[in-house]
Formats: sequence, structure tokens, C-alpha cells
Amino acid sequence: MNIFEQVWSWLTDPDNWTRSINGPGIPYHVLKHLQYTGVAILIAALIAVPLGIYIGHTGRGSFLVVGIANSFRAIPELGLLILLVLAMGIALAVEAVTIALVSLAIPPLLAGTYAGIRNVDRDVVDAARGMGMREWDVVWRVELPIALPLILGGLRAATLQVIATASIAAFVSLDGLGRFVIDGRAFGADGGYAMMAGGAVLIAALAIAVELVLAGVQRLAVSPGLQTRRMRRRVARVWAQPKLITAEESS
Amino acid sequence: MKRVLAGVATAVVAALTMTACGGSSDPLSNNPPAQGGATSGPVAKPDKIIIGSANFPESALLAEIYAGALQKKGITIEKKLNIGNRETYYPGLSDGSIDLVPEYTGVLLQHINKSATETSPDEVYEALKKALPANLTVLDKSSAEDKDAIVVTKETADRLNLKSIEDLKPHASQMIFGGPPELPRRADGFPGFKKNYDIEFKEFKALDAGGPLTVNALKTNVVQAADIFTTDPAITVNNFVVLEDPKSNFAAQNVVPLINASKASDEVKQVLNQISAKLTTEKLIELNGKLSAPDKPDAAKVAADWLASAGIS
Repeated sequence: MNIFEQVWSWLTDPDNWTRSINGPGIPYHVLKHLQYTGVAILIAALIAVPLGIYIGHTGRGSFLVVGIANSFRAIPELGLLILLVLAMGIALAVEAVTIALVSLAIPPLLAGTYAGIRNVDRDVVDAARGMGMREWDVVWRVELPIALPLILGGLRAATLQVIATASIAAFVSLDGLGRFVIDGRAFGADGGYAMMAGGAVLIAALAIAVELVLAGVQRLAVSPGLQTRRMRRRVARVWAQPKLITAEESS
Repeated sequence: MKRVLAGVATAVVAALTMTACGGSSDPLSNNPPAQGGATSGPVAKPDKIIIGSANFPESALLAEIYAGALQKKGITIEKKLNIGNRETYYPGLSDGSIDLVPEYTGVLLQHINKSATETSPDEVYEALKKALPANLTVLDKSSAEDKDAIVVTKETADRLNLKSIEDLKPHASQMIFGGPPELPRRADGFPGFKKNYDIEFKEFKALDAGGPLTVNALKTNVVQAADIFTTDPAITVNNFVVLEDPKSNFAAQNVVPLINASKASDEVKQVLNQISAKLTTEKLIELNGKLSAPDKPDAAKVAADWLASAGIS
């Protein structure tokens, strides 16, 4: 049996869907994986989005975005996790994993929010002020909706990275799909490599599934006027004569 | 001994790329394709002994002890320490790139004969002597052992009056056990605990191979019993209690010099056997402790100090 067949037979073995060495099977570990991911993304969003809005709106402290976002990206998550676990004690392993994953999710969320707000056309902001909007309304009713595609882009990037990285939870005795990767490595030639690869395939599949869901959310949440160019073009093709578009573009 | 900590990070990466490589049943095996081809050169001069070691501190320390003692006898030596794992250095003993390496009886026997079932120190040692190819030989085994053991805290041992693994029987069903992830499946892991002592733990926590996570989990009572290696300085530092293993669930792992038979002169034998006789598990814990002290002393220095204190000249 080559490795692909081994992985396939591991994935399709009902035994693996009902139990693993430390208890329940694949569905349980998928849920734990989503739990670590969800909590980390939520905390990261609560930190990064307001901070990104503030920095993007006021322009104050933009060095923070460059500095924090880039330096956080350089942190090796596994090393950070081990350090945190040894410092906090393994009894707080869940907290340690959450901190490690939050530090991973903040940069794309912060950068996305900041860039989204910052890139709002200044004329639009001026117009909003000219209409007598307060600063809060400018942020809430003008900048934020326009920035939404980039913010959600940051959220998608962050979620993708966190799902892939949440595997490290298994390294410090926790659950999640990383369990199969770490345990498979430990079992070695005794069916372990199929388990390892099977775990990796599940993590990738989960990341893709969540990405598709978030892409759907983005489509629903973003104002139609701000949808991607491809979609706008489709709308244009339906409504306008080709000549008319050419005329508009050349004018 | 599985010192795989460092490998795990690579393994995670490897797992992601693995679907891309087909075929082999063991895609992560890192056996070098051919040891001692063009690079190893001619066999060393017969009067010189090349000492190798595996790539973990205790092995390098033992090699330094052998080196120091042989040097004192005026024997010319060369050191090639921290070579790698057994798969890497073992072929080097036959092709002459190394002549002598510190070994452990149980794992060496398993390496040569995967189906070996002996577990008690003498049985393992005798089986090992029979299993070795004619060009290799082991000298006297030491009483010093670096092997897996079930370890509990002093408080737990006192409270439940634990001395041996047998004493765990009435308590195991209320205890969480911590150890490397493969333990529930390993023959000397959960299946062995059940077979030899009829004990089953309430729950298993997958940690590391007797490393800092396991020590931390035991210390903070996240687990109440754990798999830790017998020569780990953390045992003395934290007042842990190593439970006796009267049924030899864990195979014996006595320190033993493995040497190319053509280099095992009477003089060399006498020096190395003297070391094995003086070395104990407690000494090895102490030396490992010194080795991992904050000032990171040189293994050669730690070895020389011990040789002097043991009166080996």
C-alpha cells in the first residue's frame, strides 16, 4: 500500500471516527480544533479591530501597526507555546495555546483593519464631515462599511493561519486535529505515518471549509457597491451596452 | 531512549509535505544511504581507538568518561561525539569510522533483534552478547541504567504508601498518567502495565518523552504518575520517587561499552570494565545534573572530575 492508500484507509476507517488514543474520535477533535480557533480569533478581533480602527482613523501610532504586525509574524508559535506552558504550568495549557494563537491572529487582523480604514477615500470622509456627521458616525457609517472587505480579508487570513497552527495544541497534551499528527509521529512506522498524513489532510480540509464559509459571509456582509470588480463587471454586462461602457471609460 | 523533542518541529512540517511523497512505508526514516563509502577512508591505525557517541548529553558524557580513562592509560584516542541516532552511528562500528560507543543493553538488543523479548538485566545482556555480529562485542555491563520508569511525587508515594508499580493497583483507576504519546500502544506501555501488574490508569495525557512538560505536569499534579527516565536529574531536584519494577515491565537499559572486537585489548577491557563497575544510576543522575547546570560545563570536565573522584587512573 502506498502512502495515499494508507491515508485513505485511515480516513475511511470507522474506528478512527469513534475513538483515538485519548478518547473520542475525529469529530470530537474537529470540534476542539474549532474551539481553540474560535476563541483565539474572537480575542484577537476584540484587540485588533478597535486598535486598527483607532489607528486608521486618527493616523496616530501607525508605526505600531508596522512594528507589531511584522514582529509578531516572526514569532515561532511552537516555541512561544512551550515557553508559555513551562512558565504558566501545564495546568494552564489551554490558556497558553490561546495566547500563542492570539499572537498569530493579531497581525493580519490589525493590518487588514488599519489598511481598510486608512484607504477610505479622504474625499468621502470630508464629504461625510461636510454633511455634519460626528466623528463616531464617520467611523461607524462611512469608514467601517467601506473598510469591511479588507477587514474581513484580514479575518479570513487570520482564521486560516490559526486553523493550520492550532495543531500545536496537541504538543502540550491538549486535543484538536494536531493530536493525530503528533501521535502519528510517535507511533512511527506502526501505522503512524498514515495517521499523521490523515491528520494533516483533515486540518487542510477544515481550513478550506471554514474559508468557504467566511467567503460566503463576506459576500453577504459587504455592501453591494463595494463588491469585487468581477461581480460589478457582471452587473455592468447585464445592464449596459458595450459601447456605452467604452464611452464612459474614455470620458 | 527516544530523544525526539527536537524532531517534532520538523515532523509537523514533514506531515504537511508528506502527501507529496509516495511509496516508502517509513517516509521519515533518515538512514544515510551508505555509511563509510568514499568518505570514511582507510581503517584507522590499530593502536588508536575512535570513540563515538549518540547525539544526547548523557551519551556524550559517557564517551568522555571512556576517553578520559583510556587516555590516562596512554592509549591514543580520537573523539567523534554527538554523531546522531543509533541508525546513524551503528554501521560506523563495522566500517571502522568509530571503534567504541557507550550503549544501553535493552535498546541495543532491540536494534539488532526487533523481536527480542528479554527484559531483566542479565537476560538482556546475555541475549545481546549472542545477537551481536562477530566483529562487535560488549564489555561488562554497568549497574547504571537509563530506562523508562513510572515516577510519582514524594507526597503521592507517602500518602498511598507506594514503593513498586505493584502498589499502584488499588489506586491507578483514580490517577491520570502522563507520558510520550506512543505509550498507550507501546508493548511496555499500557499493554505491559495491564499484563504485568494488572493496572489501568483513569486517563492518559500525551506529553513528551520524559522531558520538561512531563516533569511540569507531575510537579503541578496535572498527572499523578508519569513516565520519566531513571537518570533524569529532575527526579532528585523535585524529590520524585521512582517506583520499582519487579516484573521488569520496562526492559533493562544498563550502560555498556560497545566496541569493535579487534580493538578490545585486555588493557582496554580492564579500563572500561572498571568504569562500568563504579558507575551507578545515582552517579549518572548526579553527573547529568552537573551537565545541565546553568553554567553549562564542558562534558570532558565533568567526566574528568568524576574519573578523579572515582579513583580511576
